[in-house]
Amino acid sequence: MNIRSQISMVFHLDKCIGCHTCSIACKNIWTDRKGAEYMWWNNVETKPGTGYPYKWEDQNEYKGGWEKNHQDIALRGAGKFKGLKNIFFNPYLPTIDDYYEPWTYKYKDLFDAPEGNDQPTARPVSLITGENMEVKYGPNWDDDLSGTPEYARNDVNFKDLSPADQETLFQLEKMTLFYLPRICNHCLNPCCVASCPSGAIYKRGEDGIVLINQEKCRAWRMCVTACPYKKSFYNWNTGKSEKCVLCYPRLESGQAPACMHSCVGRIRYLGVLLYDADRIHEVASCDESSLVQRQLELILDPNDPVIAKAALECGIHDSVIKSAQKSPIYKFVKDWGLALPLHPEFRTIPMLFYVPPLLPAMAKIGEEGMYESTTKELFQTIEQARMPLKYLANLFTCGDTEKVKNVLLKLMAVRIHRRSVTVGDIKADVLHQALSESGVTSDIAESIYKLTSIVTFDDRFVIPPMHREEAMELLEETDIAKGNAGFGFKIKPARGL
Amino acid sequence: MSDTFLFAIFPYLAIAIFLVGSIYRYNSNPYKFSSLSAEFLEGRQLYWGTMPFHIGISFLFLGHLIAFLFPNTLIAWNSQPVRLIILELSAFVFGLSCLIGVFMLFKRRLMTKRIRVVSNYMDYIVLGLLLIQIISGLWVAFFDRWGSSWFAAVLTPYLRSLFVFKPTIDAVQTLPLSIKLHIISAISIIAIIPFTRLVHFLVPPINYIWRDYQQVIWNKKG
Ligand code: SF4
Ligand code: SF4
Repeated sequence: MNIRSQISMVFHLDKCIGCHTCSIACKNIWTDRKGAEYMWWNNVETKPGTGYPYKWEDQNEYKGGWEKNHQDIALRGAGKFKGLKNIFFNPYLPTIDDYYEPWTYKYKDLFDAPEGNDQPTARPVSLITGENMEVKYGPNWDDDLSGTPEYARNDVNFKDLSPADQETLFQLEKMTLFYLPRICNHCLNPCCVASCPSGAIYKRGEDGIVLINQEKCRAWRMCVTACPYKKSFYNWNTGKSEKCVLCYPRLESGQAPACMHSCVGRIRYLGVLLYDADRIHEVASCDESSLVQRQLELILDPNDPVIAKAALECGIHDSVIKSAQKSPIYKFVKDWGLALPLHPEFRTIPMLFYVPPLLPAMAKIGEEGMYESTTKELFQTIEQARMPLKYLANLFTCGDTEKVKNVLLKLMAVRIHRRSVTVGDIKADVLHQALSESGVTSDIAESIYKLTSIVTFDDRFVIPPMHREEAMELLEETDIAKGNAGFGFKIKPARGL
Repeated sequence: MSDTFLFAIFPYLAIAIFLVGSIYRYNSNPYKFSSLSAEFLEGRQLYWGTMPFHIGISFLFLGHLIAFLFPNTLIAWNSQPVRLIILELSAFVFGLSCLIGVFMLFKRRLMTKRIRVVSNYMDYIVLGLLLIQIISGLWVAFFDRWGSSWFAAVLTPYLRSLFVFKPTIDAVQTLPLSIKLHIISAISIIAIIPFTRLVHFLVPPINYIWRDYQQVIWNKKG
């Protein structure tokens, strides 16, 4: 066993209100620069929808991720052979128009326009060329299902849904949606790392954060193709690829990542997971039907004394193990089995997890035009859910509806349990049935409720001290490092000639 | 300018600038080492420029290198007219491919707004020099036949004399202007490498071939 630790995140989708505060916080810190304007290291998409960049999940188009190749796996659109062959021209590289052309407005015109009969307007200008432009597409163009015929209807996850099922989703009275915040998944089997010809991308041993060494990147741009989540971006100005850094400078000083810190819905949890690195390749190459199961098995129980001892022997710091034992992520993912990886079929073993949304899937409008809230009705209709379970399954479980249903049953059981505690109108047998069908005891239901609803920041954010100060002292003078933020440059990053 | 300067001093100057410049740039600010690809902004025209150019230039570079390293083998190969023609013809085709490529790249850089904003004056100088280099090369191949044979006989000794620091320029001095131009522009390109995006070919990702796909880096292990 080769135990490593990973900083991991859980997104509780029922709580996300789609406010995009996380995206803005991230942008203000990291990507508010020339060449990076179009990048959203954190973005929030409406589902169903085509997302950002347009239809990023369609790997027939973008060629991201790993694909099974006999017993092994191979990168779909990059790798040693394809990558070097296509190094002069990468046919699978998305272009900026797949994201959108970034723009601003000529605000100054509002003040400087000569007096006239018309109201002055601020015209949009491209942030690339500086010329006037017509805004035709942007991030979140399909926010809240806008432009459904063009966007939501083209959602890749409808691939194996019957036309009838799809129709239920698009009837005006029944339409539903949820939000999907996305950042880099800091995968265990990252395609971006594997595809980089220069070897500029690496995973940090101590916390599993995947980073691009800006000094080694040579703009071969294979990572942009290879990442199936399209979370490695090419900066057209500096000629370097960039990606989410999980706010490592903040983490190293004990602060939460900006997206998490600013999250209005408090949907995010951050903590440590221990996993067995020896089995990564084996798990990534297993059958699609067992991918989710096998990925979850990779994650080890930090409260098991044998594991804790082995972890110590693998060089994991005591404080990291202690923190793993209190990890909210471990509870959601392993103890309770509520959180699932996003698109596990890409085989990168993504290390961020999502609690699938119960409300959009279940809520129904009753006779009087009010939301149906009688628990019995809600609970029994899980099969006739408003959002086809198959759709959620295509997102989180390689199409396995049973797994999604299990999670939804648990989330429902927690609600029924709490209703019986606070309102008390639930019959004992209904409560009992809900709990036993979902396999949740009332104690567990209570803990889930607590960690979901009345949790404090300190319970959502549990990380060990990073101990990077020791390494820093060995490598360079601390006062120099202290003056740096971001990528830690000592020289102002400037484009090469 | 005297031939002595051009053929006996300038090459050393160029190599010195190239070496010192590249090493300095790599050490002082490796961030600036990048191919600065703009495929992300414009891909379709790029394909018709970059592919013919890179394929052509790679083979031509290899050809010149062989003529320099193994002149006798080359002369032996050329002793049969069929083989000579095949060699000259394929070299000429690669040259044409380069020419088309550079032409397309130049056009793209000048005509596409998005590409113009990521262009630097050095990009234009590089493209201009490459154009001179390729056209003079094609000219030589066409009018001063057969280059592959006399290169091995005339230029290889000259280049070798440079390498052993005993520059002998007698033979070069008598060459036609087109060949001289070809030599001088080649040396100029070497000289400007450190100041351009051409540095990217100094850092080809060779070790990708044998390295592990996954890379994990520890702060300190053990
Ligand atoms: S999500 Fe993409 S960029 Fe992030 S680690 Fe995985 S493969 Fe790399
Ligand atoms: S800040 Fe939180 S609630 Fe708002 S969109 Fe982002 S993840 Fe959702």
